[in-house]
Amino acid sequence: MLKYLKDSGVALGAQVQAAAGAVVIRAVDRRTFLKGSGLALAAFASPAAAFEAWPTGGEAMPRGLVADPLVFVSIDPDGTVTIMAHRSEMGTGVKTALPMVLADEMGADWGRVTVAQAPGDEPRYGNQDTDGSRSMRHHIQTMRQMGASVRQMLAEAAAARWGVGANAVRVGVHVVENPATGATLGFGDLAAEAMARPAPPREALTFKSEAEFRYIGKENIRPVDLRAITTGAAIYGADMRLPGMRYAVIARPPVAGGTLASYDATDALALPGVERVETLEGAALPGGFAPLGGVAVIATSTWAALEGRAALKITWDHGPHASYDSEAFSAEMAATAGKPGKVIRDRGDYDAAKAGAARVISATYHQAHMAQAPMEPPCAVADVRDGEAMIWAPSQSPYTAREDIAKALGLDIGRVTVQPTLLGGGFGRKSKADFATEAAILSQRMGAPVLVQWTREDDIQNGYLHTTSAEHVEATVDAEGRVTGWLHRSVAPSILSTFAPDPGYQMPIESGMGHVDTPFATPNLRCENGQAMAHARIGWWRSVSNVPHAFAAQSFAAELAHALGRDQREMLLELIGPARVIDPKAEALPEDMWNYGEPYAQFPIDTGRLSNVLNVAADAAGWGAEMPAGEGWGLAAHRSFVSYVAAAVRVKIVDGLIRVPEVHMAIDCGFAANPERIRSQMEGAAVMGMTATLYSGVTFRDGAVQQQNFNDYRMARATNFPERVHTHIVAHPFSVHATGVGEPGLPPIPPALCNAIFNATGKRLRSLPIGETIDA
Amino acid sequence: MIEITLNGAARAIDASPEMPLLWALRDVAGLTGAKFGCGVGLCGSCTVHVDGVAERSCLLRLSDVAGKAVTTIEGLHPEGDHPVQAAWRELNVPQCGFCQAGQIMQAASLLSAKANPSDAEIMAAMDGNICRCGCYERIVAAVRLAATGI
Repeated sequence: MLKYLKDSGVALGAQVQAAAGAVVIRAVDRRTFLKGSGLALAAFASPAAAFEAWPTGGEAMPRGLVADPLVFVSIDPDGTVTIMAHRSEMGTGVKTALPMVLADEMGADWGRVTVAQAPGDEPRYGNQDTDGSRSMRHHIQTMRQMGASVRQMLAEAAAARWGVGANAVRVGVHVVENPATGATLGFGDLAAEAMARPAPPREALTFKSEAEFRYIGKENIRPVDLRAITTGAAIYGADMRLPGMRYAVIARPPVAGGTLASYDATDALALPGVERVETLEGAALPGGFAPLGGVAVIATSTWAALEGRAALKITWDHGPHASYDSEAFSAEMAATAGKPGKVIRDRGDYDAAKAGAARVISATYHQAHMAQAPMEPPCAVADVRDGEAMIWAPSQSPYTAREDIAKALGLDIGRVTVQPTLLGGGFGRKSKADFATEAAILSQRMGAPVLVQWTREDDIQNGYLHTTSAEHVEATVDAEGRVTGWLHRSVAPSILSTFAPDPGYQMPIESGMGHVDTPFATPNLRCENGQAMAHARIGWWRSVSNVPHAFAAQSFAAELAHALGRDQREMLLELIGPARVIDPKAEALPEDMWNYGEPYAQFPIDTGRLSNVLNVAADAAGWGAEMPAGEGWGLAAHRSFVSYVAAAVRVKIVDGLIRVPEVHMAIDCGFAANPERIRSQMEGAAVMGMTATLYSGVTFRDGAVQQQNFNDYRMARATNFPERVHTHIVAHPFSVHATGVGEPGLPPIPPALCNAIFNATGKRLRSLPIGETIDA
Repeated sequence: MIEITLNGAARAIDASPEMPLLWALRDVAGLTGAKFGCGVGLCGSCTVHVDGVAERSCLLRLSDVAGKAVTTIEGLHPEGDHPVQAAWRELNVPQCGFCQAGQIMQAASLLSAKANPSDAEIMAAMDGNICRCGCYERIVAAVRLAATGI
């Protein structure tokens, strides 16, 4: 494949070249080293005192964690250290952050570190599925371990060279020193000997103290692709250019589960540049990540392919969801939410609390479907020839893509390579590699490289949408005004419907996102699911079910405060209750509660941390101050992805337009490994949360999506966005396990924003999206 | 064959005069810095300069730019050190980065027309460029930084 890179005649990003080089060439070197190394393990006396390992859900992920430094690190004789980034970069900064952790622990000078993007190869790198805000949470420990391993291997190599004990040498920055003689050897000088040594076991390693960190937890490392991004050299999914490459667009069934009835490609094939028209078989529902099928136009340019597609005459059989009408469905869900559902958590006796209540207060909330709409629509380049497949794709899960593609092509997985490019945003959409599979199938048929490009309309109309929901929340209040009971009934089509016959009920993974895991201490507490069947392909969208669940619970907490004449912060703190680590048995958490895949003992629900972020955000916002007419603050606090985030959002209604001049985000994500990117994620979550609140509604009529592009699926823009986002990061030592930040910033925004609108205008909005204007 | 000045050099582009400039740049000229985000002038990811002024390359036909000077992100500055690019890096503006070439081209065009715009003018000028990651606060700050050094 290097040949194609070099032959392409287009200046390629250094990262892509480095990635390909590292994979193809160095991998062989390392295997040789591993096989040839019969050396005894180094015996270091010092224990691993600086951090004590803790278990994470990383071990249980498919193909788990890999901590072999020979897989992740190579050192050139000139001292250049190459570190593999095995997680996908979609804007969170992970491609920089994980190698940075390794480099710091290793003693590398960041200026001499090259980061290479690993191909999809989980047997080699461990799990690569970049979602669930898991990258730092699962891999920070292995990165430190590998860094410490390489540091020790370098020390041993230097000691052997000097004929002294390994404890007699000191590893500085990119250099090993012999304090007794003053002699030094650079990492490059030692590379061949050091990297031929066996990796020491973890218990033989020494780790840096936090005071010795140079990059971890600091603000001094910039994203590795920053220059390439600002100069246009960065390579995204549609940027590979290969000799003889064709361009394809596909007409897909407008209704999920629809199939091609007939088509006429005569006009399309008559257009200049159009070479072939191919039909693609779609998978029957539930189709998982398999392509939808349809009619592909393959041409000499994207434009010719688009023109060809427009000239196709197609008749579709719309299938079982041809009558899906999202407005009618919302009414159905609301009706279901008004009736008893399947009880999935039950503490105390909610019915008794209700029977004895002086007041019962309730509200029902709604959320429309949403599209992830990353700025880069799905796209991929595939080159499948002579029984070998090379795919470049903006994939959040390149090994899953590789498995899917191997299956679709009928090739052994060893003959398939999936190289992630940079992702122009992901937000969950690009975990599903249907678009890369399309490119692979078409390339196989053409015997030539093919770029498949989705248009924005394709993205919005043929994607994997966020579910839609109705959430009914009730509280019972006794004669003294105390809240005695809390009922949250959630009704939403399940993601499971994309993979298995539709059960109509949310699965534990969804209920665990802000529903059954509610931290509220209310003595009588019940969580229920109502049935709702899916009529579209449902997928995950940044923070997933936390969006509707937190919107309902956190809006209702403020509604309850208002109804009872209470301060909203005080009400929320009271609902959360005393600071405690929730005892799952004592508080009747369901046995199958999903804790984001993490062992509960290490990542429990800690209400003290939740209340703390609420107080940090509220205090920073000056909560309680008198506000001018048409202005108000709103609060929300939510635990998701085992991080705790609170938002204080200030709304100002200007000529009826909802503006957000200021937001305070308080986040407790355990040890903050990369604070600069934590802030950028919180800023981005505020913007995406505002977009979700005001604009993001995908609706269906006659089974098809009604929205087309950014004209009717709108985004916050530079004239109206959260203008000043202050991020407050709760400081912790390394021993407070790092969690993740990509998703948890988002769920508090919609309820905090709607609570602010209520406080500014007295109007309570319960249906997302709310639109951008309101009568003040 | 349409003749244009592309990033300072005379080029003859062998494509249909009807082809949108974006696709001529990406698929014919091999310059992939300008990005496809919407295809209908709603997102600004494809922004380039035509005779120094920001335009959506997805909305222009190749024939529209015959004889004109087209500058893409690749040609904004020979070393990639235009003040706007430098300001973008100084403030770590990008997240995913996909829209940023368009944002930078839009900002550079603004500053060449108006050296020291107000925040409101910056916001208005950048309103056509969507960033789904939500980097707007830093975008506005970076334009200000490029203009004033502050």
